[in-house]
Amino acid sequence: MKPGQFSYHAPKTLDEAVTILGTVAGADGRVIAGGQSLVPAMALRLAQPAHLVDINGIAGLDRVFTDGGELVIGACARHAAFERPVIAGPLGILLAAVVQHIAHYPIRTRGTFCGSIAHADPASEWCLVAATLGARMVARSTRGSRSIVEPGFFQGMMATALEPDEMLVETRLPLLAADARCGFNEFNRRAGDFAIAMALATYRLDNNGRIIEPHVGVGAVEGSPRRIAEAEAALAGQQPGTAAFAAAAEAAALAVEPIEENAELAGYKRDVVRAVVGRALEMAEKSQ
Amino acid sequence: MDTPDSPTPPKKRWIGQSVTRLEDLPLVTGRGRYAAAVSFPHQLHMRVVRSNHAHGRIVSIDTSAARAVPGFVAVWTGADVAHIPPIEFRPTKIQGLEHYRQTVLAQETVRYVGEPVAVVFARDPYQAEDAADLVEVEIEPLPVITSALDAPGEFTPGRNTEPVIVRKEFGDLRAAFQSAHAVIELDLRIGRHSGVPMETRGAIGRYDATRDVLELHGATKRPHPNRDMLARLLGRSPSSVHLYECHIGGGFGVRGEIYPEDVLVCAAALKLGRPVKWIEDRRENLMACNHSREQIHHVRVAIDADGRVLALDDEFFHDQGAYVRTHGARVADGTASTLLGPYLVPAFRATGHFRLTNKTPAATYRSPGRFESTFVHERVMDAIAAKLGLDPLEVRRRNLIPHAQMPYERPMTVSGTPVVLDSGDYAAHLDKVLARVGWDALRADVTRRRVAGETVGLGLAYFLEKSGQGPVEGVRLTVDVTGAVELVTGAASLGQGMETVLAQICADGLGVDYRQVRVVHGRTDLIDYGFGANAARVTIMTGSATHIAALKLREKALEVAAADFLEATPEMLDIIDGRIVRKDRPDAPSVTLAQIAKELTPASAVAKGRTPGLTTDGVFECKHESFPFGAHVAVVKVDRATGGVKVERYLASFDIGVAVNPMLVKGQIAGSMVQGLGGALFEEFVYDASGTPLAVTFADYMLPNLSVVPDLEILLTEDAPSPLNPLGLKGGGESGITAVGAVIASAIEDALGLPGVVTQLPVTPQRLKAILNRAR
Repeated sequence: MKPGQFSYHAPKTLDEAVTILGTVAGADGRVIAGGQSLVPAMALRLAQPAHLVDINGIAGLDRVFTDGGELVIGACARHAAFERPVIAGPLGILLAAVVQHIAHYPIRTRGTFCGSIAHADPASEWCLVAATLGARMVARSTRGSRSIVEPGFFQGMMATALEPDEMLVETRLPLLAADARCGFNEFNRRAGDFAIAMALATYRLDNNGRIIEPHVGVGAVEGSPRRIAEAEAALAGQQPGTAAFAAAAEAAALAVEPIEENAELAGYKRDVVRAVVGRALEMAEKSQ
Repeated sequence: MDTPDSPTPPKKRWIGQSVTRLEDLPLVTGRGRYAAAVSFPHQLHMRVVRSNHAHGRIVSIDTSAARAVPGFVAVWTGADVAHIPPIEFRPTKIQGLEHYRQTVLAQETVRYVGEPVAVVFARDPYQAEDAADLVEVEIEPLPVITSALDAPGEFTPGRNTEPVIVRKEFGDLRAAFQSAHAVIELDLRIGRHSGVPMETRGAIGRYDATRDVLELHGATKRPHPNRDMLARLLGRSPSSVHLYECHIGGGFGVRGEIYPEDVLVCAAALKLGRPVKWIEDRRENLMACNHSREQIHHVRVAIDADGRVLALDDEFFHDQGAYVRTHGARVADGTASTLLGPYLVPAFRATGHFRLTNKTPAATYRSPGRFESTFVHERVMDAIAAKLGLDPLEVRRRNLIPHAQMPYERPMTVSGTPVVLDSGDYAAHLDKVLARVGWDALRADVTRRRVAGETVGLGLAYFLEKSGQGPVEGVRLTVDVTGAVELVTGAASLGQGMETVLAQICADGLGVDYRQVRVVHGRTDLIDYGFGANAARVTIMTGSATHIAALKLREKALEVAAADFLEATPEMLDIIDGRIVRKDRPDAPSVTLAQIAKELTPASAVAKGRTPGLTTDGVFECKHESFPFGAHVAVVKVDRATGGVKVERYLASFDIGVAVNPMLVKGQIAGSMVQGLGGALFEEFVYDASGTPLAVTFADYMLPNLSVVPDLEILLTEDAPSPLNPLGLKGGGESGITAVGAVIASAIEDALGLPGVVTQLPVTPQRLKAILNRAR
């Protein structure tokens, strides 16, 4: 459990970081922020990057702020920054609820939101948030900046649209309407574990009390978290409540394609998807 | 947990008090010394190259790339250590196991993923790991056995993978089954899990040429037997091998046995002429340190119409993993001998298939054999209740061994010794447990909640433990010229508080404050013998030896005081807080133990014809074990949608005979109960069909964390002291783990209202959801 040899770079500015990354990307250079996934992988020698570009010394990367209709989350904003709502309204409350499920507190004080997005673990809570709400990821390299909108960013287990020389500099989450209802649920065996399945649900109600703009995302089941159109279709235009939620949960359980090859485990994953989607919707109903 | 009392002599009894631990100061001030903290100048670091194949023939090992790594010093493969005999096991009457022992490096064949194939020595641990990664091992795969239910395969030509079948039998089995009112059959499985200490193993070998002494640092559990074995394996005299204990971050049975790595660091220190350090990493720990527990039982039980067991016939399959390690077949043997628990059963047969598989070798883990056998006999009790429509408690009551039959001899032996249950009123203890937990109200509450739609259940499991493995133990006790007491023992500390407990026993026997006693352990160069800290034996064996030594030393001190100082007879004197006083006149002139020690310095003592030194040995011999017991009660709630289980309430009871330090006993109960919860619900070494271990990090090998551990209620009783030792002691090291699997299974089954469905530990959410889905 000793990492292999690597060169360590500690840039002081974003430009410097991107320049170094441009130089070392071809030689298996990696950005390190909180290191809560990368360092254990290096200790187990599952990852053996030749270069680490440490962005912790760059001032201002931990900012979280609103810009127009978006919440902007800087590359070094730690998970723990979201323990209390970062903005007024449903989104801040949702993020504060979700963050409680990410590992354990000491890890949350170190690991970063954008690090989770770039790492793209299938069971990452923040990836589920990004996928369900439709986040915009801002990537920078010596070739310039670009935005990558989700869906389109996550490309399977631990895979994203980022090029090796691109650094994820911020994640932009669309703000939720003041009347948006949202709920999150995950099932794991012990607090802090990777989830067996998780679900995020948001919707609004029209003047007749019927569901509009339903978003239902499922994580930890497929290679990447994603919205489940079948579940959303089961909700749209319905009165919120047990019947609609059960239909959506059932639709989600049928729609997901678990990565597990073992049929028993895959079947179990569907059972848990049914549970967590239903519970996320129940939490959403109670959120306003 | 009790708040420690502040000690207030004079002449108080220290035994029975929850005094604070003597060993804590360095630990809580960051000055402890664990194996990784031990370093010597010019030391080398060892890294083990392990097999990636579960079974195969070694075709070639290419070390050329490893040799080019900076800092590389040496690499050994099997050929370099072919002269070292395989690691020994403790002999029992079970024969034929010697062919299945593990060599320190694989010779021609690898038999589990994680088996040491080569070792690299380098100047720092990073270089050692870099070089080890470059050792290329080519292995030609052979057929893999991953279950003890699979037909035995070939171990070596002419020997199959079932070295022995453990058999125990008494009574007329055939007649019992023929006359039975009913016969119950159960298939039960206990998952592969083990003790997982927070501190991984560590070993530092060092050869001191000036003294011609080989040292091993990082020893624990059994320093003296391990010294003797190392001496035999390396062809040295035991007196030229010294083992040194460090602090230890958990033992649980798995730490402190001789493993290949211990032998390798010593052999390398001798060969390379430099100290050699090896610290296990967690991934290694989970595939190289002993596993335990994995068994499959097919049990048949003949019962009468009242639910009394007439006969129990159990055929089980013990998954030993790839090799016979230091315990031989003791876990299978111990399982067989404890299958009847605290129950009176007239006819019995156990047939234990001790089988090798291509998985990590197994040995003892806290409550070895009993966690398994208790799961079996308690599942049986619940099944009888379900079959006859009886209250599960009533079924247990009808089968418990009556108090009038104590001591109760079972017509069988374990490890060659007859099984004699020494003391206990099991039924009365059950009543105490029920009263303490408020059973009737609890039952009513669970029933009410279930009617309201909750999936909650209540379970109880009874267990019999055993403790105090002999045959003998000794201490040397010395009072120095300042009155300080030194107690040297060959027993080891596993962090359980043995220093404090021995000091308390010594303090009472001698008449001093327990804080005056310095307990020295884990130094084979300071005392010639010791049988170690295992099988819940230290308090009983070393404690009794301490008691005997303290009384002898007291006698010696009183004799000198009476003759030389106080003009009295020894019978007129007492020792209070280190001062020898007249019983009838405590305010009369007195003398301290320090003065007596001065009086016994060599010149002074010899002049008066005495043996020098206020010092003595104490030896305690006991061939029979003592049997503490208890019961666990659990309330669980099942999440029908996910198969998750929440333990809402938990009570663990234990009758320890005499609790030297109740706080420490309760600590043992609490810690071991949490480990039991791991085996009941979380921990499992899962393998795929190719024999690859899937749980080699703490993400996959799930220890219970605080989020899943309930508040633990403890009922500690002292109703049944053991007649086998002078203080009535029984052991508490394995006190809280034995019945956890059994009671969790019982409570879950009660919640589901489906008798007989919980047959496999751990009860994972996936397994439980499958049960729920089948029942739909």
